[in-house]
Parts: sequence; structure tokens; C-alpha cells
Amino acid sequence: MTATMTSHKLQQGEPAWADEYQAILNAFQQAGGDPSKLATPRTAMLVISGNRVMAFSEVPGVHFESQELPNGVRAKIVVDPEVKLAKPVHLCFGMLPAEGLQEIIADYEIGAGAQAEFLAHCTFPNALRLKHIMDARIHVGAGAKLTYREAHYHGPHGGIEVMPKAVVTVEAGGQFVTSFSLVHGRVGKLELDYDVIVLDRGVAELTTKAYGLAEDHVLVRESLHLDGEGARGLTKTRIAVRDQAISEVLTTAEGNAPLARGHMDCTEVVRGQATARNIPTVVVRNDRAHVTHEAAIGTVNHKELETLMARGLSEDDAVDVIIRGMLG
Amino acid sequence: MQETGNNPILRVENLSLCRDDRDILHSVNLAIHPGEIHGLLGLNGSGKSSLAYTLMGCGGYAPKEGAIWLAGQDITRLSMTERARQGLTLAWQEPARFEGLPVSTYLSLGAKDRNASQLMTALQAVALAPSAYFSRPVNHALSGGERKRIELAAVWAMQPKLAILDEPDSGIDTLTLGDIEALIRRMAEQGTAVLLITHRDEMLNAADSASLMCQGSIVFRGAPTEVREFYARRCRPHSDSLGAQPWTANAPTLPLELER
Repeated sequence: MTATMTSHKLQQGEPAWADEYQAILNAFQQAGGDPSKLATPRTAMLVISGNRVMAFSEVPGVHFESQELPNGVRAKIVVDPEVKLAKPVHLCFGMLPAEGLQEIIADYEIGAGAQAEFLAHCTFPNALRLKHIMDARIHVGAGAKLTYREAHYHGPHGGIEVMPKAVVTVEAGGQFVTSFSLVHGRVGKLELDYDVIVLDRGVAELTTKAYGLAEDHVLVRESLHLDGEGARGLTKTRIAVRDQAISEVLTTAEGNAPLARGHMDCTEVVRGQATARNIPTVVVRNDRAHVTHEAAIGTVNHKELETLMARGLSEDDAVDVIIRGMLG
Repeated sequence: MQETGNNPILRVENLSLCRDDRDILHSVNLAIHPGEIHGLLGLNGSGKSSLAYTLMGCGGYAPKEGAIWLAGQDITRLSMTERARQGLTLAWQEPARFEGLPVSTYLSLGAKDRNASQLMTALQAVALAPSAYFSRPVNHALSGGERKRIELAAVWAMQPKLAILDEPDSGIDTLTLGDIEALIRRMAEQGTAVLLITHRDEMLNAADSASLMCQGSIVFRGAPTEVREFYARRCRPHSDSLGAQPWTANAPTLPLELER
């Protein structure tokens, strides 16, 4: 499979391309990415700004297809069966204007027995009235392992709506480990929606971390369908909200097969006038399945706070250290 | 308010504490000098930790009466943060867990010298290999004894004027106890006074002076050997307030922890 690039408005080498590429790299760095990684030889990477594919690089066993859309990009990312990548695949999705819409429709196909790690950085540093939609279908083949880490940076204004949505299937013996992190800058409005089906002996681990300030709104909706015998799943949610921010965590874990094991672990820290909700739903349809959940919502742990204050930190600084640690 | 002259690093005057309508501490007086290790011995429930929290200014432990002086300054009304910045710190009997906070960051937070090599030296001082612990989070994956040692390392790195060590031997294996005693001695040699709180009288071996606490009062003070002897000879569990095992229910009980 080869990359298909269609209707480029900018070409590499043109001054305008260089300026925008440099700007998106700067934004990539703000989101926690390392621009030098994108230039490393034999590293797979894909950089999308607005509705343009600015750069891409394939390695043996990794293929990209992309199509530019009026307001985004449709992309297919394939890791061939049995390919074990030594280095992560770097993805950069961003938009530099303050206003607009970016829609990424992505299809990830991880072949049977493959092992791959994706590091995705999504950056919208100037967002004032901007909407980013990620609509992903992820298929993890039998015995394959996909680690997908996604970090966001939304700038200081909070004028953004971000809607990452993924429908994931983990085939027998496959592993899907994902983390979503939005802990620097403002969240704006986040609606994360992951739906994961896990088949026999498959594993899914979903970690979500966000820090909401001011009027930010964080909505996390995650569903684990442990449909296969011996399927295992974990959702781990760490949210901190302060000021008037709102956090809602709606997680569901279904134990639908013998020896399925699921656990939902949610911690939300609330400061000031913020509000946090956690509504876990546990469904068990097989008498040999077992699903548990635990949630802690409230202020930071008193003993942790006083331990740091006994080292000379102010209360606010101590809270910040504790929250930053939790959000890692 | 500043005192003048050559005063103890810590002076506690007539300190009383009342919590939930219960008198916890009764007119406690205590003086510790720079570089001195003072052992505070007492049975469970005798008020040792309450005294530690009151000295440190923990929430809910504001004294009813009395005063606390650190290096000649009245700190009775200062916040925990201000007390710590004045040179006072506390190592808890059961150290807190910090999800995601690396040991290196934890050690650096109050450290006098935040250089990585100094922080690694602090870990070595509590017999923990920096290569194995420096990047690990201070979370539930560490045992209670490991967290205890890391907390002691953090106190050592802080180089405070006075360190309150609440049961520093609890959760520590017997092979490591000698390392902990050596660390306490080293802290003192470097000028840090130590209030060493313990319910195990053998821990007083590390102390220069000692007091015995009973039901919220200091009832005896002297050399560590004298306090140990007094403790062994005169102290009994006060079953009237702590309770007793059922098979001893009919045995004669004493009204107080201390035979007077």
C-alpha cells in the first residue's frame, strides 16, 4: 500500500509551506512533541495542518493513505501483519488559525501479530472558536499490540471544542493500550468518546487525563465490551477541575464472557467552584465474569497536602504538585 | 517576637491541646538544643503524635494554651508552610503516597540543594539505590518501609533546624534499623536537632536525652538509659482507656499507664 496525496494546495519547498510547517512544528512542541523526532531517518510520521498533509514518512511495514477533505483529512494507517516497529510512529494533527473546523477521519489497521506504538500530538495553539473532530476506527488484529498515546495542547483561550471519537476492536490475544492527555493550557470543551470491543484473551487499557480550568467542560465517555473469554479491560480516569470547570466521567464496563475481567478506576479532584461527576455502569452477562469500579472525587488528599506543606510548599503549590503528579 | 541569647532550638511552654472536647495534651514543656537528638517515648495513645502534629501546625491541632518557640521565634500562630520555611519539618509515622510524583521530584521539593547528585546522596543515606528508586513514583507500588525511607531522605535533604521523626523505625526491617539510626545521628552531626518519637525503648539508643509521655503529659525526663529503665520498671498498658484482651478482663487493672 502506498501513500496517496491528493490536491495539495502547498508543496514542499514553497515558502508558504515552509512557514506553515515551521509553525505547526512549534505548536507540536507546545503539545509535548519533539520536532527532531519527525526528521529522524527511518521514522514513520504524518503531519496534518488543517486539511493539508504537510509531511509524511513511511517505513517498511507502515503505510499511510490520505485524502484531503474540505475541512480535514481522511487517513488510513496500516501496520502490516507481524511487523514489530522498533520506533514509535509520530502523528501531528493541528490547526493554526483561531477559528474553523478540522475533521480527521482515521482508519487504523494493525495487522495480526504486529506491534506498534503511536505518539499523537494534537495542537491548536491559537484556538478562539475552533472545532476539532477525530473520528477513528481502530482494528487491532489477533495477537497484535497497539500503544496509542495522544497528547493535546489547546492554547490559553479555551475557545475550542474537541471531540475525539474512536470505535476499537481488539481481536483474540490482541492488546490496545491508549492514553489521552490534556493537562497543559486550556481544555475548552472536550467530548471524548471511546467504544472498545475486546475479544478472547484480548486486553484494553484506557487512560484519560485532563485538567479543566475556568469554564472548561470535560466529558469522558468510555465503554468496554469484554465480549471474549478471558478478555480484560481497564479504564483509568484522572481529572482535575478548578474555578467553574465541569467534569463528567461516564464509563461502562460489560463482562459478557467467561473469565472476562474489567475494572474502572476514576479519580477526580475538585477545587474552587468546579463540579465533578462520575457515573460508572457495570453490566455483567456471564456468571464467570467479574467487573469492578472505584471512584474518588473530592479535594486532594489531606495527608499528601500536609506532607508537602511540611516541606515548605504553600497550599496552592502543594495542590498543584499533587495534581500534576496525578496527571503525569 | 524574637528572643535573644543562646536558646534551645525548640522550646515548648505549657502546651495544651483539646480535640473533639477531649483534652489530649496537658501543659507539655520541652526544650531541645541544636544538634541534639531528643527521644520521646510513650505507649500507643499517649499523645506523642498529637504533640508532633501540634508542633508542626497540622490542621485541627491548634493548641488550646501554650507557646512553641523555634530558634527564638514564636511560631505558635504560624501556618505549617511558614513553620517549615523557618526550619521545622515532620516525617509522618505512615508516609503519604503520591500518584505519579517521581522520587526525584519529591526529594527536591524542600531540599536545600536540589542538585541531582545531592538528591541521590540522600537516597543512599537511607540505603536505597538511586538507580532503582530515583525515577519511580512515590505511590502504592512502594512498600511502607520504602516510602518511610524516602521520607527520611527528603527530611535529610531539607537540612532543617529541627526534624520531628514520628516512629521512624515503624515498617523498617531490622537489618535496616541500623542505617536509620546512623542517618539520625548524621543529621544531628550536621546541626539538625531531632525529636525522635517512638514507642520502642531500644530506639532511645540513638538519643542524647529523652522524655517519657503518658496520657498527654511528660511524666519523666532524663538520660536515655534512665528513661528506658523507668519505662521498663514502671509503665503498664492503661487498659481502662485502650481496652484489654478478653482473657485478661478479670485481671487486676491499673488506673493509669504509669505506676506512680
